[in-house]
Amino acid sequence: MHLDFSPEDLAFQQEVRTFIAENYPADLRGKQDEGDELSKEDFLSWHKVLAKKGWIAPAWPVEYGGTGWTATQKYIWSEETARADCIRLMPFGLSMVGPVIYTFGTPEQKAKFLPGILSGDVWWCQGYSEPGSGSDLASLRTKAVLDGNEYVVNGQKTWTTMAQHADWGFFLVRTNPDAKQQEGISFLLVDMKTPGITVRPIITLGGEHEVNEVWLEDVRVPVENRIYEENKGWTCAKFLLAHERTGIAGVAASKRGIEKVKTIARTELDGDKPLLANAFFKRKIAELEMDLTALEYTELRSLAGESAGKGPGPESSLLKIKGSEIQQRLTELTLEAVGHYGAPYFRGFGEGDNAHPIGPDYAHRAAPTYFNTRKTTIYGGSNEIQRNIIAKMVLGL
Amino acid sequence: MDFSYTETQDMLRDTLARFLADTYDFETRKKMLTRPEGRDPGIWRALATELGILGAPFAEEHGGLGGGALENMIMMEELGKVIAIEPYLQTVVIGGGALKHSGGARADAVIPEIIAGNAVIAFAYAEPQGRYDLANVRTSAKADGAGYVLSGHKAVVYAAPWATHLLVTARTGGSSREREGVELFLIDATLPGIVRRDYPTVDGFQASEVYFENVAIPGDALVPGGIGLIELLVDEATVAVCGEACGVSRKLLDGTLDYTKQRKQFGQPIGKFQVLQHRMADMFVEVEQIASMALMGTLKLDTPAAERKAAVSLAKAKVSRSLNFVGQNAIQTHGGIGITVELAIGHYFKRGTMIENQFGSADFHLGRFEDLTLAD
Repeated sequence: MHLDFSPEDLAFQQEVRTFIAENYPADLRGKQDEGDELSKEDFLSWHKVLAKKGWIAPAWPVEYGGTGWTATQKYIWSEETARADCIRLMPFGLSMVGPVIYTFGTPEQKAKFLPGILSGDVWWCQGYSEPGSGSDLASLRTKAVLDGNEYVVNGQKTWTTMAQHADWGFFLVRTNPDAKQQEGISFLLVDMKTPGITVRPIITLGGEHEVNEVWLEDVRVPVENRIYEENKGWTCAKFLLAHERTGIAGVAASKRGIEKVKTIARTELDGDKPLLANAFFKRKIAELEMDLTALEYTELRSLAGESAGKGPGPESSLLKIKGSEIQQRLTELTLEAVGHYGAPYFRGFGEGDNAHPIGPDYAHRAAPTYFNTRKTTIYGGSNEIQRNIIAKMVLGL
Repeated sequence: MDFSYTETQDMLRDTLARFLADTYDFETRKKMLTRPEGRDPGIWRALATELGILGAPFAEEHGGLGGGALENMIMMEELGKVIAIEPYLQTVVIGGGALKHSGGARADAVIPEIIAGNAVIAFAYAEPQGRYDLANVRTSAKADGAGYVLSGHKAVVYAAPWATHLLVTARTGGSSREREGVELFLIDATLPGIVRRDYPTVDGFQASEVYFENVAIPGDALVPGGIGLIELLVDEATVAVCGEACGVSRKLLDGTLDYTKQRKQFGQPIGKFQVLQHRMADMFVEVEQIASMALMGTLKLDTPAAERKAAVSLAKAKVSRSLNFVGQNAIQTHGGIGITVELAIGHYFKRGTMIENQFGSADFHLGRFEDLTLAD
């Protein structure tokens, strides 16, 4: 047991740094740093660079397009991309439905869907939550009735992130209304251009259009787009949720976030000294670094367990709880640090607008980001649901 | 980077765990505390001779098993699981650490005695006015011919009543809080002029106030390294108690889980209540983070001093906070029975509570971390 990088690891680290320096799209530099809203084109331009290099899916098995990196190399990759503030790609294809397809899909399904996820040509969204089924996801009511070789789907999904841009969606639907809740659900892949699908925006507190309502009226889905067996969709759903939770810790990004807060606190004045000299503010930063370090090493221990053959289990709920809390505390500290200039609402520049926004650059999106980040303890199974999972699956209560 | 234990390390853990399961159940431990020495010296002897594992962190040339800080962490975690009253921290981690780092004839002579179970070392570093500042030392070592004369008062010296040797910090020069002039001495615990006032501690140990009344010590008692070495030893000891905290906190959680699965109120086991389930889920989260931080601190021990200190302080601050949470909630969840001496849980709580402030509270360590890394 040790923390050292081998000469090969150090060479890899250098290779990654050089690659990012030479290939990260110039117009994206600093964009995430300012907390700017990112467009689909932004995500795609970085996605395409990585896809071309073959580095788009480090977590995938090599046979499906993974990189074959060691755990240490994956760690280096996430550290280096966060350090360079590379934008974080959308998880729906790469981290969610991709692993479900290569784990549960037929050879035909793998051949049809995995290449588009890797290339970025196909964008995915997630049809899980419904207006009446949030934390109690298994109570979902969107139903799919088999009619010949097609399912006819009717119902409503909500909180569907990026549905306005998605080409395909993966949906949990009820195929057996008479079975026990979890045993009547199937996992369907749905072409978002199918007639009968309506996407309506939901605007969140920071002014963003990230999430949507998705209405499905007599949407016909070929039966070959069902992943795994009929009424076994909950198995895929649980698998996906456990995968989602590990990535959700966001350690490397939060490390960078702390450095950003420190920079702001060295710039902002409190009396005749920097804010960072304020003992109370400084203590909050130290406590955040402490908790982030504890999270980082918990994740490293968990990854070591995974590479020893243990898949991401229910203990990944721990990573979700602490990771999301830390992300929120970061945005809270940033908002506190910018002081008065947290208040002006900057909507971004209009066409040909050369007016300078109010206040320092780092303040523009402090409040919207704070508001937006309240989502992290709610999505992916709220932190209360994660505690239920720990209580039942880990502690046997 | 590698997070797996070697086979030898797994074996060390299993060997010790099996031995302690047989010899250190709660009732037996309770009886040990009532003996005149406040412990069963046969256990220490068995660890040395029967199991041969007191040499875990020592080099093979000294008769050790060739391990290091990780082996100490493993030992401390297992000792923590039974809240063992054994001077492993004082003798092997701190005393042994001082000998390993300084080397030479003294190490050649004393390390084999530690491994054989003959030498017990107590670490006399704290002083009544000093809190956790290692340079806040008034005990003096005045040069006198070829040797020194020790004078002063050392506070709460754990394991001193059992010790064959004392590892003492004392000032050979400089003013009372200066780093310069603080030195380390390894001396015979029975030298004339050493006066002890012995007492039990709340967590089951034996400790002493130690008074040095013009104690003449030989010149070769000085262990070279000064304050830098003392800081290193205390950092090593700090992560060792983080390892112990890992064992203690796991048992606090396990005990609470067992209890809430049995204890019935309102017609069902109280572990069925969501408010308690979530609290225990939070305890689990804290226990895992204690384990992570103990490991992080241990793995960072061989980095440069500034990085090492910052890492150790982050580890101890988190461990103290988490241990506080786990311990207090273990007692609360047990209800009234938790505050009696009848159940083991309260005794784990007592040791855990002492670990919180041992070698520095959470606030002390956050302050040290800030001084090292958060300059404005």
